[in-house]
Amino acid sequence: MKPIDLPDIRGVIARHKRYDALFGVLGLVALMIGVLTFAALFADMAWKGAGRLDWDFFTHFASRRPAQAGILSAWVGSTLVMLVTASFAVPLGVAAGIYLEEYARKNWITDLIEINITNLAGVPSIVYGLLALGLFVYQFGFGQSILSAGLTLALLILPVVIVATREAIRSIPQAIREGSYALGATQWQTVRFHILPYSSAGILTGVIIGMARAIGETAPIITIGALTFIAFLPPSPVKAAPPFISFDWVFSPFTVMPIQMFNWTSRPEAAFQVNAAAAGFVLVLMTLAMNGLAIWLRYRLRRRIKW
Amino acid sequence: MLLLAALVSVFTTIGIVTILVKESVAFFEQVPLAAFLTDTQWTPLFDDAHFGIVVLLSGTLTSSAVALAIAIPLGTLIAIYLSEFAPFRLREIAKPFLELLGGVPTIIYGYFALLFVTPLLQRIYPELPGFNLLSAGIVMGIMIIPYVSSISEDAMRAVPMTLREGSYAMGATRLQTALRVVVPAAFSGLASAYILGISRAVGETMILAVAAGMQPKLTFNPLEPAATITAYIVQVALGDLPHGSVGYQTIFAAGLTLMLFTLACNIVGHFLRKRFREAY
Repeated sequence: MKPIDLPDIRGVIARHKRYDALFGVLGLVALMIGVLTFAALFADMAWKGAGRLDWDFFTHFASRRPAQAGILSAWVGSTLVMLVTASFAVPLGVAAGIYLEEYARKNWITDLIEINITNLAGVPSIVYGLLALGLFVYQFGFGQSILSAGLTLALLILPVVIVATREAIRSIPQAIREGSYALGATQWQTVRFHILPYSSAGILTGVIIGMARAIGETAPIITIGALTFIAFLPPSPVKAAPPFISFDWVFSPFTVMPIQMFNWTSRPEAAFQVNAAAAGFVLVLMTLAMNGLAIWLRYRLRRRIKW
Repeated sequence: MLLLAALVSVFTTIGIVTILVKESVAFFEQVPLAAFLTDTQWTPLFDDAHFGIVVLLSGTLTSSAVALAIAIPLGTLIAIYLSEFAPFRLREIAKPFLELLGGVPTIIYGYFALLFVTPLLQRIYPELPGFNLLSAGIVMGIMIIPYVSSISEDAMRAVPMTLREGSYAMGATRLQTALRVVVPAAFSGLASAYILGISRAVGETMILAVAAGMQPKLTFNPLEPAATITAYIVQVALGDLPHGSVGYQTIFAAGLTLMLFTLACNIVGHFLRKRFREAY
């Protein structure tokens, strides 16, 4: 074997240090590709759509003439669908999370539920659309309504809400529960007055992330056959005559932001694509704001709570 | 009460399987399974109807391959960088940012692929058609990066510090430690990240429906337009097919194919993830 002298060793070390630095740069470049894509996407839509973003865009219906078209029916539809989604997904998801963390015994039913939740989180969203088409639209006869869409999206984000609830509950130390029991509280009182309040911020984070996902979902809503050209609003939930509140709107046909954008994107005229850019910009801002809020909440939570 | 809420997830699964199987059975009563698997044409809405799922599968596989060719190397690189190289502050900024990238609605990515990436690629390669699998696949890959990188990074951070310290003590550099010690130790976690990435790519819908065109075509060339399983479902849903017709049932048969594929991926991914959790 040839004896190794000092300069050789120095050379080897220097070479490996160079590789190290090189890889650091490579990693930074890879990260930048993600960041730059996002910046390009955002800038492109802002730049192309800026001309259309004014008050009229939000207060006009979709139109055959691109310059007059707006997103009134789309944002109203999105808001109402989100309302239905939240009113089903939040109670169900939180209840399921509480059950699995606080009440469930370790048996095959619990295992079955857990496997199901993991699996559902991985099912492509379009398959939920097929479920909704077969079940809500035809079997239950809800038709292509706000109710069908809201329920579909509620099922879609249910795993997100359940997982967030469970994680929030799991981070509460056992001592809190024992303290509550020691004072004579029942299990339900412990959940109601301790577990739920302490985990509410974590649950809220999960709900916001889920809603941000639901508001951008296009495929399942197209699959249930939502119309793409809607130039009217659903009936108002508030009536002049008693009982003052009406739920007719849940059975109304509708359109939502991502579908409106899809409709405009798939048209050949450039003027409609400008509308698509403007609608997309609004949509991205909405989801970014929601996700940003969730991330900020989580960050605060992590810093503030010390048990 | 609470148990019922928890059981909703089970009912959902049962609902999905029942609906898909019921409509698919009705479909296979009219179209033999052999024709579904071996026919090389997909023209369910024509008079001369052919039902060869291979045609749609080719589109799905080609676009997923392009997406994974982007997402796996970049996702892994980012994960290694964030877990082993990046300073603490950069990691704190980069992780939420990647999360935001994964939260952008897919229709936005579809718009971006059709009206930004395709024109860009056409400058380099002018013969590229306006609809193609390549730009859809590239954008899809970028969309999947956050999923791959976040699971991979979690797997690598689960590798105990002592392994790294041992490696440094032997005089290894950071890169040598990362590639020869941390990556092999976290391998099953990385594999599960890749598999979940595959299942995302296969189930992705809107990017392909917008940017890849919707003509079914048996091709493995990413430069051509083609339809995927998901894009076909969207295409049928956009038209109005009568409830109960063969055309209506095809989307359930297509959906069942999709569901079986992603289910298999998810199960394999789940077991791999379990393994890396229990390893130390």
